[in-house]
Amino acid sequence: MRLYLAVFVLLAAVHCEELFNGDQVLRIHAESENHVQILKKLDRDVNSGLDFWTHGFSTERPVDIRVPHSSLHAVKDFLKVNNIPFTVMISDVQELLVREREEMVHNEEEERRTKSFNFAAYHDLETIYNFMDTLVASHSNLISKVNIGSTYENRPMYVLKFSTGGVKRPAVWIDAGIHAREWVSHATAVWLADRIATDFKENRAPVPNILSQMDIYLMIVANPDGYVFTHRSPNEFYRLWRKNRSATSNPKCHGVDLNRNWDAEFGGPGASDDPCAEDYRGPSAQSEIEVKNLADFITEHGNFKSFMTLHSYKQLLMYPYGYSGTDAPDRTELHDVASQASKALNSWHGTVYKVGSIFHIIEPASGASVDWAYQRGIKYSFAFELRDTGEYGFLLPADQIVSTARETWYALRYIMQYVCDHPY
Amino acid sequence: MAGPGDLEPTHFPARRAATVALHRLNVAHGSPFRVFGLQQVHKASVEDVAAAGRKYSLDLSVTDWAAGSAGPALRCSAEVLFSRTEQSSGPEVQLRCEALQKINSTAEDHAFYQKYLAPASAVSAQHLPDSYGNMSEEMQPFWRLARVAASFIMLRESSENTEFNMAQVASITQQESSDKQLMLDYVVLLHDLPSQEIIQWKLLVSWSPDRGVRVLQTEWQPRCPHATEPPN
Repeated sequence: MRLYLAVFVLLAAVHCEELFNGDQVLRIHAESENHVQILKKLDRDVNSGLDFWTHGFSTERPVDIRVPHSSLHAVKDFLKVNNIPFTVMISDVQELLVREREEMVHNEEEERRTKSFNFAAYHDLETIYNFMDTLVASHSNLISKVNIGSTYENRPMYVLKFSTGGVKRPAVWIDAGIHAREWVSHATAVWLADRIATDFKENRAPVPNILSQMDIYLMIVANPDGYVFTHRSPNEFYRLWRKNRSATSNPKCHGVDLNRNWDAEFGGPGASDDPCAEDYRGPSAQSEIEVKNLADFITEHGNFKSFMTLHSYKQLLMYPYGYSGTDAPDRTELHDVASQASKALNSWHGTVYKVGSIFHIIEPASGASVDWAYQRGIKYSFAFELRDTGEYGFLLPADQIVSTARETWYALRYIMQYVCDHPY
Repeated sequence: MAGPGDLEPTHFPARRAATVALHRLNVAHGSPFRVFGLQQVHKASVEDVAAAGRKYSLDLSVTDWAAGSAGPALRCSAEVLFSRTEQSSGPEVQLRCEALQKINSTAEDHAFYQKYLAPASAVSAQHLPDSYGNMSEEMQPFWRLARVAASFIMLRESSENTEFNMAQVASITQQESSDKQLMLDYVVLLHDLPSQEIIQWKLLVSWSPDRGVRVLQTEWQPRCPHATEPPN
């Protein structure tokens, strides 16, 4: 019988103000049929005051008994006299109950805080980082926070790891916010984190099944310095900032486009060598610490099976390549998966996404993360451009966040299930 | 049957040409209560036209953003000619849309016009929408007028290598009405998809239900201290 179940029963008793000060739980190891008979007799004796936590006696399994404080000496003497081995499992039941109760109250508070978190609003970096901590605290059996390194301005880069165990299970990677001004991507990732946690906790398919075989890594803010910069002022120079905030060879211009800096045909088409340009690729591949941290983490893990990155806007679901119009070897399969995923997305609210390779659908783009992932053998690599198609663009009203997140979830869920069903 | 000039409708060359057609549509038919957006390209093809340039032929659907998700889609066909020679006027567009009447001003247009024509009116605002996507209902017709005026510039500046959208209205300052036209000073921010650049333009715009939108003055503005000339 699980310890927690028994504790729960006691907790109910605690509510009725029954106390267990000094009570102990003894674990009895019956070694002979004689011992078994003695235990059976004790169990039948309703006046003994002994609270058997396990029933069914044999020499195969230990028996747990809660012994009231007043009977402790007598029971221990009795067991010793009969040569029945025992150990003290819980040395003070009341103290344990108090601790467990405190932890439950604390977890409830954390959950209330995540439940009261306003997903229909844009939040600054500090608030998002606090949300992560709250989420981890209220789902500590599932989620942990991994620090994968610091940014140019020395901010921590965190990824949430959703795992039910195992050692380096095959994993799915999802990131958002590599471009600072694309706020709906961070907001969507925040909602996704909560949704995955909740679906797991409430045993809603297919999340428990996916998590029984794979881990999910979710990075809500891939470009923290840029994101902080976009909050500095309503002035468009800040709010519409795209890049990171590293110094460049031009003292008047900062920042590198983090999605042109990956070691995948770096220096190719669709990226600029001008530090003042919005799509400045940087002085060399992986020159940017943020990209290096991401690439190193994924490489060292070595067992990612899917890589997905969230951007905005334009409503597109794309696969490699960005640097060239040549079909990727897995193009047919990737196009099918993306098409099905976009149908799933559409089923929520009728939002229409177009599907194709980055090169053909948006424009040539070299040094892109999706190309890098694909070239490293992560077959199921996709890039999302979320809502809308241009009316609000980067400045998507907050009242569209949850709807956007949910439809995105439908697509991601489809892809993750597919990845799970198609191991390689 | 696929021809040699056929384009994939979801790929960017067709979409860029369609975007230019939309700019033309908004210049002709946009108003404080009507702005068109691209819904999808159904068919597209391109051909070289001797010395003149490259001509795109498009079959597309558009929706009125002001009508929200409830609005119907309008079917249009368009030819967009990107000239080979340097032109200050931008690509030429021929456009036909079903069921679209020439500037048909509505009751809403007139009410808006009367309200703000008054001499005392001095509307001024910044950041439409704001960082969080918020915009008051009162400011929406002004935003749409800016979007229509921006379409003049976006049309003029378009090439096969650009894909413009209006990212935000940085500011609006109403000037004294002149000749029964609302006079509005705008600073608009354009977003170009291929380069990802944000480009700032100052526009002086007049509007009335009868004459529609006219862009009287345009001035490119540097965003950052270092920039001295327009990108590219």
